Amino acid sequence: MIRVQQEDFDPGAELARLSQGNTSVGGVCAFIGLVRDMAGDREVGAMTLEHYPGMTETELARVEEEAQGRWSLEETLIIHRYGRLEPGDRIVLVAASSAHRQAAFDACQFLIDWLKTRAPFWKHEEGPEGAHWVEARGEDDEAAARWEEGEMGAAKNE
Amino acid sequence: MKILYFAWLREKTGTPAEVVTLPDGVADVNGLIRWLSARGAGFADAFAEPSLVRAAVNQEHVKLEHPLADDDEVAFFPPVTGG
Repeated sequence: MIRVQQEDFDPGAELARLSQGNTSVGGVCAFIGLVRDMAGDREVGAMTLEHYPGMTETELARVEEEAQGRWSLEETLIIHRYGRLEPGDRIVLVAASSAHRQAAFDACQFLIDWLKTRAPFWKHEEGPEGAHWVEARGEDDEAAARWEEGEMGAAKNE
Repeated sequence: MKILYFAWLREKTGTPAEVVTLPDGVADVNGLIRWLSARGAGFADAFAEPSLVRAAVNQEHVKLEHPLADDDEVAFFPPVTGG
């Protein structure tokens, strides 16, 4: 399930829903991304997340579908917020439930890695030194590329 | 076609969205970027460094060589920074 929203979410309630009424779930794994008060050596007062309504939902659904194709999962969930957020606020939740833990762990990491390089969101940070658009990080591309290699490796073994 | 601009491309062009007729001689996203850049200082500045510009056509990430049709929705934006 995909949700793009301005309002906060309740992680406990969201994660409970991933196994509700489904006793074949053996584990639920989740990642929650938060706004930090520092970006490198710069103080962050707030950030505003802009996105591309329509494409955001489409891209997140593609990421979710890819995860469901790669692992044996019961449920997946992606919630991403937009608008103005302050340090400590939740930005994103990705979660996966499965019969065994490894699929849930791997899928959870995959969901956040692919989301970070594909979902059309842009962070605008405000601090004491002014405001600026956050630049994409090379490490995020590398984290996402790991899963491309995995795909090629899997294809080779077939 | 509909053209959308996000983040600093929106700020530099001063345009969140607009509708234009696919200009004569523009066959792909690169061609559209060249055409837009010739429109004025804000557009020229926004597209000055093509390696920083990403594009989507009909809400799908594409390379700048992607061909264009008049009923496409084209979006320009910097590399994404969500999550």
